[in-house]
Amino acid sequence: MTTLPPPAAKKLGLVIDLDTCVGCHACAVACKEWNDGGDFGPLPDADPYGAEPHGVWFNRVHSYAVEQKTPAGARELTVHFPRSCLHCETPACVTVCPTGASYKRAEDGIVLVDEDKCIGCQLCAWACPYGAREISMQRGTMQKCTLCVDRIYNETLDPADRKPACVAACPTRARHFGDLGDPDSPISQLVAERGGYALMPEFDYKPVNKYLPPRPRRDGADAPKPSPREETLDRDKLPGVLRWLDRALSR
Amino acid sequence: MRPTFSIIFFTVLSGAGYGLLFLVGASLLYAPALISGFGELASAADLDNLAARARFTVEIALAAGALLTIAGLLSSVGHLGKPLRAWRAFSQWRSSWLSREGVASVLTFVPVLGLLGWLLAGGDIRSSVTLLGAIVLAVLCAATVFCTARIYSSLKPIRAWHNAHVVPGYFLFAFYTGALWIAALYTMPFALSPISIPVGTLYLFNAFVIAPLCAVLKIGYWRSLRESPKPDAGDATGLARLGTVRVFEAPHTEENYLTHEMGFVLARKHAQRLRTIALVLIVLAPMSIYPLSFLVGNVAPWLVVLLGMLGVIVERWLFFAEARHAVIAYYGR
Repeated sequence: MTTLPPPAAKKLGLVIDLDTCVGCHACAVACKEWNDGGDFGPLPDADPYGAEPHGVWFNRVHSYAVEQKTPAGARELTVHFPRSCLHCETPACVTVCPTGASYKRAEDGIVLVDEDKCIGCQLCAWACPYGAREISMQRGTMQKCTLCVDRIYNETLDPADRKPACVAACPTRARHFGDLGDPDSPISQLVAERGGYALMPEFDYKPVNKYLPPRPRRDGADAPKPSPREETLDRDKLPGVLRWLDRALSR
Repeated sequence: MRPTFSIIFFTVLSGAGYGLLFLVGASLLYAPALISGFGELASAADLDNLAARARFTVEIALAAGALLTIAGLLSSVGHLGKPLRAWRAFSQWRSSWLSREGVASVLTFVPVLGLLGWLLAGGDIRSSVTLLGAIVLAVLCAATVFCTARIYSSLKPIRAWHNAHVVPGYFLFAFYTGALWIAALYTMPFALSPISIPVGTLYLFNAFVIAPLCAVLKIGYWRSLRESPKPDAGDATGLARLGTVRVFEAPHTEENYLTHEMGFVLARKHAQRLRTIALVLIVLAPMSIYPLSFLVGNVAPWLVVLLGMLGVIVERWLFFAEARHAVIAYYGR
């Protein structure tokens, strides 16, 4: 059913720390690797070893340069920005689906595509401003991040491994997984502490995933420049000749 | 957005088909009054003869409308990744405008085929059965065009579609192309229009009322596009709060689905010229070619159908190709 389930208490999602992400693409590669062999079947590429390989990835790591003006002059930050499905609370990609293939799970809020119902009309990809969905030309159906639903509940895995492949792979622990519906969960507290934000809230799709902004730099450039101090002179404490000189020059 | 020809032909052909069928339905409401209007001049046998000619005209128009919509709907299936599963699209009418469009388009075939069967079986064009069928037909045609427009106007990430001009635009262009077809069909040598309007008035209405209205709406739409803000990478990533954001490195070296499907820039480069071509075809074709019907007869309105439809295809190509998707801001394009 592509009508949305009633709002659930549990909202599983990711929190991505833009301060510690180093842009190594390990999350993207681990995601591709897991989802090429996971429960949802292969994720084949077109021309994989040719000149122009082309295929579906659920996670894409952008890199941006952010120019800041500080009192000490211009400064440029490099911010690496992993982009994947945000598992929105009110996702338009689900409600536009004509077949019921696209759905949001009532129990944990994960947004999924039922491969057997998808007709490949791509309307859901058009409805998503975050670019979370890519069609597989090889399979003829829409593909997207599953929040590794085949890992996080997988009882054949060690409990420590029951988290999304991207989170497990991140070498700088810039990716956090948890329940964002529970305000006391470590991940929710992290968002509160660091001022985590949702992407493009103006669309009102209420993304569950949050991004933690880069911390302020510690190079001191943001501190205000010390203003030249006013020198004070107590004329009465000067010796006589200088007192006369000061008076004459001040005239 | 990449303009896919299957979708362009779908919206143009089915729009023309539903516009034509809507006008057939509307014209049938006038049929009883028209034919009885001849009452004082003609015998009962002559009136029956007139009714039969009008019936044949309507049968042809209904068949033409059905063929146009079927061609459009088949074209839309061509763009699916899994066309054989298309039937599933009828299930989610509670939430999806695409599904509602599918349901409405198929439901419209009930009055189309019902009316066609009734008339072919010898049903009287003046009867209340025809009248009822005509009303249902007109309502369902309007509903289908509305659903088609809402598929696009409900998509918030594409500002050029989530725009107040889009729904009136789809209605107006369906009406325009439908009216061009009506003008050509109802003036065929064998035909008897069920409406009591002289041929010249039909031509004048198309050329000097509907076509200029289409142009005014389109110019207003293009003006609103120019004024709408264009979000950049800073807005998309939320990093604008930190400073001026520019793309440092792309996430992938080759094209992907998103850049291929949503990063189409060709149309925006040539937009001005294509807009002029569309408007010239849509407005000037009926204005300049209808008058030639006094010389070349029924060929003229058919030429207008051809050129007018071509103009609407250019307009629809631009509607898709000029639209910018929000996701492309992540790529700094």
